[in-house]
Amino acid sequence: MRKYLLKRVFYMILTLFLVATITFFLMKLMPGTPYSNQQKMTAQQIQIMNEQYGLNKPMWMQYLIYLGGMLHGDLGVSFQFSNQPVSYLIASRIGASAQLGIQAMIFGVVLGIVIGSIAAVNKNTWIDTLCTILSIIGKSVPNFVLAVLLQFYIALKLGWFPIADWGGFSYTVLPTIALGVGPLAETARFIRTGMVDVLNSDYIELAKAKGMSRYGIVWHHALRNSLIPLVTLIGPYTVALMTGSMVIENIFSIPGIGEQFVKSILTNDYPTIMGVTMLFSAGLVAVILLTDIIYGIIDPRIRLSGSGD
Amino acid sequence: MAERILDVKNLKIDFHTYAGDVKAIRDVSFHLDKGETLAIVGESGSGKSVTTKSLMGLLANNAEVTGGSIMFHDQDILKKSEKEMQNIRGKDIAMIFQDPMTSLDPTMRIGQQIAEPLIKHKHVDKKKAWSQALDLLKLVGITDAEERIKNYPHQFSGGQRQRIVIAIALVCYPEILIADEPTTALDVTIQAQILELMKELQEKIETSIIFITHDLGVVAGMADRVAVMYAGQIVEYGTVDEIFFNPQHPYTWGLLNSMPTLSSTKLEAIPGTPPDLLDPPKGDPFVARNPYAMKIDAEQRPPFFKVSETHYAATWLLHPNAPKVTPPDEIIRRRQTFKDIMAHKAI
Ligand SMILES: Nc1ncnc2c1ncn2[C@@H]1O[C@H](COP(=O)(O)OP(=O)(O)OP(=O)(O)O)[C@@H](O)[C@H]1O
Ligand SMILES: [Mg+2]
Repeated sequence: MRKYLLKRVFYMILTLFLVATITFFLMKLMPGTPYSNQQKMTAQQIQIMNEQYGLNKPMWMQYLIYLGGMLHGDLGVSFQFSNQPVSYLIASRIGASAQLGIQAMIFGVVLGIVIGSIAAVNKNTWIDTLCTILSIIGKSVPNFVLAVLLQFYIALKLGWFPIADWGGFSYTVLPTIALGVGPLAETARFIRTGMVDVLNSDYIELAKAKGMSRYGIVWHHALRNSLIPLVTLIGPYTVALMTGSMVIENIFSIPGIGEQFVKSILTNDYPTIMGVTMLFSAGLVAVILLTDIIYGIIDPRIRLSGSGD
Repeated sequence: MAERILDVKNLKIDFHTYAGDVKAIRDVSFHLDKGETLAIVGESGSGKSVTTKSLMGLLANNAEVTGGSIMFHDQDILKKSEKEMQNIRGKDIAMIFQDPMTSLDPTMRIGQQIAEPLIKHKHVDKKKAWSQALDLLKLVGITDAEERIKNYPHQFSGGQRQRIVIAIALVCYPEILIADEPTTALDVTIQAQILELMKELQEKIETSIIFITHDLGVVAGMADRVAVMYAGQIVEYGTVDEIFFNPQHPYTWGLLNSMPTLSSTKLEAIPGTPPDLLDPPKGDPFVARNPYAMKIDAEQRPPFFKVSETHYAATWLLHPNAPKVTPPDEIIRRRQTFKDIMAHKAI
């Protein structure tokens, strides 16, 4: 198990290194420069600025300096946001993004499991059809459309929650729903399919033959077995939540990383782009490892073959 | 006389399908006495599983019981609500399924799977249930049970898993154990061990067994009585000796003829296929495959003719006016043995 984990961590680091390298060079290919008012600057001013930010050095040297800094946890200084260190920028904004992401994930997955299970237990009834229709709608409506609809009807018309901005919990409700509905629909669909299969299996028949009640069977036997395929979705969800949050954070004016990321791309703020990309990648790689660990917890067959590795 | 614990009378079950109503069980009656083993044999699709599922109240959603009664002691199982059935299943009537590889929940420790019926029916706490589960696990012959009780199903072989399934079925000491082809999925040596175990436990736990199989070979050593099923009906029933050595129905002849024995030179499968139960024949359902069929077989369903106090067969060949026919050689040989057995018993 230890050896297995060490191997996994090594591959994680390798992945991050590759991501850093590719992003660095791709970013340099982006058109434009970091200076928003370049037309008004003299050649000399640009020269001085370039020197100050190390942009006049050869590309490979910039790359090495960047990598070296990253090894020390130094992600450089933002060009855009009043010259703050990127690590500080990220730290000050990660809270909002993380809270939103986690809330959306819990909201989506938990409700998705409940709805999917109800649909499976009531297979081929109107309840099942209703759940299916809802999950198709949830999956096909883009989250930014939903966000705007929620803002208009729930916030503006009904006034139940604030339209935008970031304050207490009530500010998080609408963006959480907007962000979570995608995963919710997907989870519901997945659990429904999985559980219909599971409910047809022999061990469910045996559970019935033991005299267990319908809900006892779902709770003790069907749910855990239906969750196994869901674990594979955690990775894609995380990506969806990260990218989704960029738009949603913008719409709801939430001071999160996504919002900052969009701005940094528009302004060629190289260090911030790199920093956020690295953060997202690290998050994703960690989620993949986490997925495998969760797999092992839910499915004993995998747990044991993993430890034999 | 032995205590009668189960009495099935004129049971009729239809399945509603898009193609029409499948008349899967067509007037089936049988009984089960305390402590005995009844084998139900018959080809695939003859209705064995449907019959046993109706005893458990576990019929598919599209099934409809259109007639009959299933008396368990003095209560009709067919009149019970789902809630009431949940209190009978696993406690009074338990079941073992065919495939041990898929009968156990892959994500639950086997200790918990054995303990579950106890927690549900006997309302014992988890600790006590696990300690009883451990006793059962030892009883069904799992070595190193203290350790193995914490394992998951995939850590056991097929034979061991079937032992665990048996432990689950017996943990509440049920009055009736239904075993639906419990050894079909296992290889021959393991089969014998499992059958041996079932007989041994039947003595200890004093349960009655309904043993379903399409393999007459395993019936001889297991059962006290045999019911032969064909196309949703029972066509012959009697004691093991009567069915094996003095069979009367041509379908039973066919089954015995297609069974390998020491003396048989060649195996003869019954030609043809069972009738379509969407539109069953109105006479003897075996008529199309019966080399001894008479005109009346196609027109009228034969009643049960009494052969002995315990032996009945539904074939027109037993009618006093029917012509005498010569059964296959194998059957004649068997009847000779039967005479010896009877003579032996008479002494
Ligand atoms: N849910 C169902 N819907 C429609 N027909 C069904 C259903 N369940 C069983 N049947 C039909 O009922 C008949 C009896 O099936 P059953 O499963 O009892 O056979 P069996 O004797 O157990 O056969 P096997 O030896 O293959 O297990 C078959 O013709 C089958 O097609
Ligand atoms: Mg069957």
